[in-house]
Amino acid sequence: MPTFTDMTKCDGCGECVDICPSDIMHIDPVYRRAYNIEPNFCWECYSCVKACPQHAIDVRGYADFAPLGHKVRVLREKDKGSISWKIRYRDGRVKEFCFPIRTTPWGSIKAPSEYAAPEPGGLGSPLLAHEPAALKVAALPTLPASVR
Amino acid sequence: MALFSSRKTVVVDCDVLVIGGGFGGCGAAYESRYWGRDLKIVVVEKANIERSGAVAHGLSAINCYMGMQWGENQPEDHVRYARGDLMGLVREDLIYDIARHVDSTVHKFEEWGLPIMKDPQTGHYLREGRWQIMIHGESYKPIVAEAAAKSATAVYNRIMVTHLLMDRKRPNRVAGAIGFNVRDGHCHVFRAKAVIVAAGGASHIFRPRAIGEGTGRTWYAPWSSASAYGLLIEAGAKMVQMENRIVLARFKDGYGPVGAWFLLLKAYATNAYGEKYEEAWFDATKALVGAYADVKPMPTCLRNHAMIEEMKAGRGPIYMQTQACLDTKEKEDIGWEDFLDMTVGQAVVWASQNIDPKERASELITSEPYVMGSHATCSGAWASGPEDCAPADYQWGYNRMTTIEGLFGAGDTIGGSAHKFSSGSFTEGRIAGKSAVRYVMDLNGAAPAADAAQIERLAAMIFRPLDTYRINRNEIVAGTVAPGYLLPLHGLQRLEKLMDEYVGGYSTFYVTSEPLLERGLELLAMLKEDLAHLGAEDLHQLQRAWELQHRVLTAEAVARHTLFRRETRWPGYYYRADHPRLDDAEWHVFTASEFDAKTGDWRLGKLPVHHIV
Repeated sequence: MPTFTDMTKCDGCGECVDICPSDIMHIDPVYRRAYNIEPNFCWECYSCVKACPQHAIDVRGYADFAPLGHKVRVLREKDKGSISWKIRYRDGRVKEFCFPIRTTPWGSIKAPSEYAAPEPGGLGSPLLAHEPAALKVAALPTLPASVR
Repeated sequence: MALFSSRKTVVVDCDVLVIGGGFGGCGAAYESRYWGRDLKIVVVEKANIERSGAVAHGLSAINCYMGMQWGENQPEDHVRYARGDLMGLVREDLIYDIARHVDSTVHKFEEWGLPIMKDPQTGHYLREGRWQIMIHGESYKPIVAEAAAKSATAVYNRIMVTHLLMDRKRPNRVAGAIGFNVRDGHCHVFRAKAVIVAAGGASHIFRPRAIGEGTGRTWYAPWSSASAYGLLIEAGAKMVQMENRIVLARFKDGYGPVGAWFLLLKAYATNAYGEKYEEAWFDATKALVGAYADVKPMPTCLRNHAMIEEMKAGRGPIYMQTQACLDTKEKEDIGWEDFLDMTVGQAVVWASQNIDPKERASELITSEPYVMGSHATCSGAWASGPEDCAPADYQWGYNRMTTIEGLFGAGDTIGGSAHKFSSGSFTEGRIAGKSAVRYVMDLNGAAPAADAAQIERLAAMIFRPLDTYRINRNEIVAGTVAPGYLLPLHGLQRLEKLMDEYVGGYSTFYVTSEPLLERGLELLAMLKEDLAHLGAEDLHQLQRAWELQHRVLTAEAVARHTLFRRETRWPGYYYRADHPRLDDAEWHVFTASEFDAKTGDWRLGKLPVHHIV
């Protein structure tokens, strides 16, 4: 539909509502569980599938070009820094893949304000934060503005 | 207003306001905090920055990295590449500026925890092509959003910004922005000293090839709703190259990426009979565009052109011969991860249609057109360039400031600077962020004052579709057909159909002409009038209503620029049937427009293309 929610697994926590970039995962007022209110604006980005603590959300490929019988399931293990996929074909074949997603602990990024404050005069130079060191070359390249 | 009397107006004052929390906006937040330690920096986003913007899904490659540390490329090389790919017309100063900074951005991404693949022999980043590096990018956006969230004073998620606010005394100076909270319906007014628009480009301007649920599977995200342009056009900013829409050659229906397949895995495209067709079209293409046909690598639009001609000749489907290259498990993993990191829908298509890329070829197609500024295309606002590199007439103030004072842009917003992609958009956000801080510092407290009358007028206008629906809904029993209103989806479908049929969508094989454009503009004018009758059942539909407003204004700019440029500059993106050849004598220029919201008039003109490399 593209995404759909399993009635018996969804507990209405709203994580999918909170994360959906398209604002299409909403809580049904009668059943108090989430569902996709606008499948034709679903990118199959899997943000809600990955975020669901109950693994209640799945995808059925777009009806206008995807034949039935397939399944693409995912387990994103944030703290392990990996994501695992299981792909079942319409004809029953299965493929499995696992890829890394992050090399550092979540929350470990150093905020820009934690670095020493730049010299006030730096605001007038073309250098951006952490440059030139972060460029890993001696100096920021420049180009005379002579029109060829 | 009476129907929603519980609605509040929330006012937020800040120094730097960043509209849109995608890659451009995250870069802007990071850099403005680095330079403006004590400033109030606010990010406003219509979704949730952890998964918003074009990279919400993830990415499998970073498409803009020089590798200066290993002497792989210099910024000038990238300018030559982007210029060639865009058939000669780019802002070389802006592209150079991004290229010289982008490596420091990518090195930060790696330090933050983005897994970048390495070449086992050299230890360098694994190249997909000359400019691209391969990443394990499923969490690319959450990682970058973490940095942005730590930089901003506050992030306001789920606020749809509908309009920019202007200064009370100086109508060409920005003073903030207004919108509404999609969850609680409160009106939000942001008053700012500097504003950086880092909103998204446009999907769903032209009719998608899919017809049902699959219309969600556009190449660019369905939530890329043209706010990058809609906000600026309405405010009167000068826009350039709006005719330069992009068509993508991608795996059919799922729109899975082809870069890794062509460049890294060395797969190749053929017609239905297994023949490599691109070279066969070379002479005919050269007759249309002259020496631009000789550019290496072949410009994106010209590769599309060959595919389109081959389809028209009846030798489709076009196939990517994937089975010819997946000879090891490692390569199979790379091929699949390419989709699973950024376009899961393509994996769903393969699983559903029993296509194993190891065993059989997979169809390619040219997509519906999109309007954006960060890929192999460069629609967007005219912006002041870098002080040390920009020619004099490309420079009137602070780097990346638009023609509106205090209004900066990054990513899809800025025109003329193609091929920035994710890393370049973040980098452009950094450039704009630093500039905006400098602008705020230079103001010395002389803050702009938002026009109270404008705020009042807009606040009433923003919520009108809710009232229109409530009042007129009582006329009908049930359903979506009502004489008193048009739902946002109705308006969107009308827009997509007319842009497709008159302005060069897929159904005419991307062909348009002056009579077609004139007729299209006539119908578009009626659609614009009808937008006054939009009805929204709830806040979600109110968001869709304002997304539609941004799309319609953007679409009009596309149609007007397309009419103005009397040549076919980018065969494969679109064709002017009445001017089928590239014409460098007259049209080696940027097209520019300014919209006057008071009169509804558009002023079009030419701007010079300077070559500095």
